[in-house]
Amino acid sequence: MRLQKALIAMVVMLASGATVSFAQESHIGSLQGHSAPGKALYRRYCVGCHGAQGDGAGENAAWVDPKPRDFTVATFKCRSTPSGTLPTDQDLFDAITRGFVTTSMPSWKPLTNQNRADLVAYVKSFSDKWQGGAPGASITIPPETPVKIEGILHGRELFQKMECWKCHGPEGHGNGPAAGTLTDSKDNPIRPYNFAMGSRFKCGVTNEDLYRIFMTGLDGTPMPSFSDNLKPEDAWDLVHFLRTLQPLQTKELEVWKQWRTAQPAQAKQLKPIGAD
Amino acid sequence: MKTQRILSLAPLFILCLAVGSTAQAAGIGGKVTVQGTALTPNKTINMSSEPGCAKMYSTPPTREDVVVGSGGALENVVVYISAGAPDEASAPSTPVTVMQKGCRFEPHVVVVQTNQQIEMVNDDTTAHNIHPLATNNREWNKAEPPGTAPLTESFARPEFISVKCNIHPWMHAYFAVLTTSHYAVTGENGAFSLGNLPPGKYTITAWHETFGTQTQEVTITGNETAPLNFVFKR
Repeated sequence: MRLQKALIAMVVMLASGATVSFAQESHIGSLQGHSAPGKALYRRYCVGCHGAQGDGAGENAAWVDPKPRDFTVATFKCRSTPSGTLPTDQDLFDAITRGFVTTSMPSWKPLTNQNRADLVAYVKSFSDKWQGGAPGASITIPPETPVKIEGILHGRELFQKMECWKCHGPEGHGNGPAAGTLTDSKDNPIRPYNFAMGSRFKCGVTNEDLYRIFMTGLDGTPMPSFSDNLKPEDAWDLVHFLRTLQPLQTKELEVWKQWRTAQPAQAKQLKPIGAD
Repeated sequence: MKTQRILSLAPLFILCLAVGSTAQAAGIGGKVTVQGTALTPNKTINMSSEPGCAKMYSTPPTREDVVVGSGGALENVVVYISAGAPDEASAPSTPVTVMQKGCRFEPHVVVVQTNQQIEMVNDDTTAHNIHPLATNNREWNKAEPPGTAPLTESFARPEFISVKCNIHPWMHAYFAVLTTSHYAVTGENGAFSLGNLPPGKYTITAWHETFGTQTQEVTITGNETAPLNFVFKR
């Protein structure tokens, strides 16, 4: 009798899978993703870096920098949700679709939408944080304010006052006084974004993406959320200033250059960014 | 600097004493020490990248990974009842305050109950970010530029959370989130006291950020203060 019970328990354990894994679905618009097909895709495309357990310790991980994401802690950089909350399914779907520029994570756009939705479902199965834990509410981004020199100059003041320059450098070259000591949440060295590279951002390419990056923070990295410190109109001003740091043909840079040409005396009076 | 720390811990001691003396109930008390090979002095913190903070100290402050007083008395140990006392039904409504002052977290070890608010104040003229590297709870990371209102946050699950300021890599604190109100943090003399306990069998845990945890069982039969000491080896 006792033996029978033990055998039944064993069968149940084996059937539920020896590793910790939680059944999951994903919802991206009208798409519904499932973890079973997601697992097959994961084993084919993702396991090499992210590992069979989803802990970021795949066989390639030792040669990859920055390190592959550890899905077991469910901490994600690119979210539409506040710092400390789970991302939405759409956020994870977008991350897989976009890939992570300047890292080893490519864009998985060649897979079908359904494939990527299934992968999202499977990625969520690695952490118990999704069991009963709802994603955060996506932050509200009000319509972008018009690009004006007053806003850019105010954004520049905020770049000084919020001390963005401590990591990103006075000119946004990623060389601030704290840049060399930064580590991610796994104690691996990490670099702040260098605006002079003009590359895409980790979490997108649009002004709205840039707004979202500093208002939600990149969890798992030193980049904090500034949502408690910046009002929406301030945040847009900061976005517009940050764009002037990139060597790209942007409206912001054009307005900035025009002002400096038209008002050389005023431009010269601007206090340099950095320590007093 | 030392005086500063003692002053900031003073309310905690007064609270412990008050609980112990008014209730006239039994308790557990003792000392935490560290023994073994001679300790290397704590490393001096180099704050030269933040001159505003560096100039606040006549002698540079040291790291707090291991703070030892005379006779091996171990500071910053959280001693708490891990079993035997009922979990608290609700968190105290008063928040616990942690200061960022002179580019250090004050106190170094902050104890709260689950769902109790932690109020984080930036007293410096430089920006900080508060980054609790939680795993059982959710990790988050929020900026706190100078002159901004204090942040308040709480944690729903018990955990010893390492807290960083990434801008100032020497800044390090711990948030100890407990399910009990029966706890103490050792000061310079390594002493602790847990008061107001009815007779019963208790499991007491001592946690230290560098030396880990130890547990012991203690039985209180009457109105006595049961003696209990923890010795960490190094």
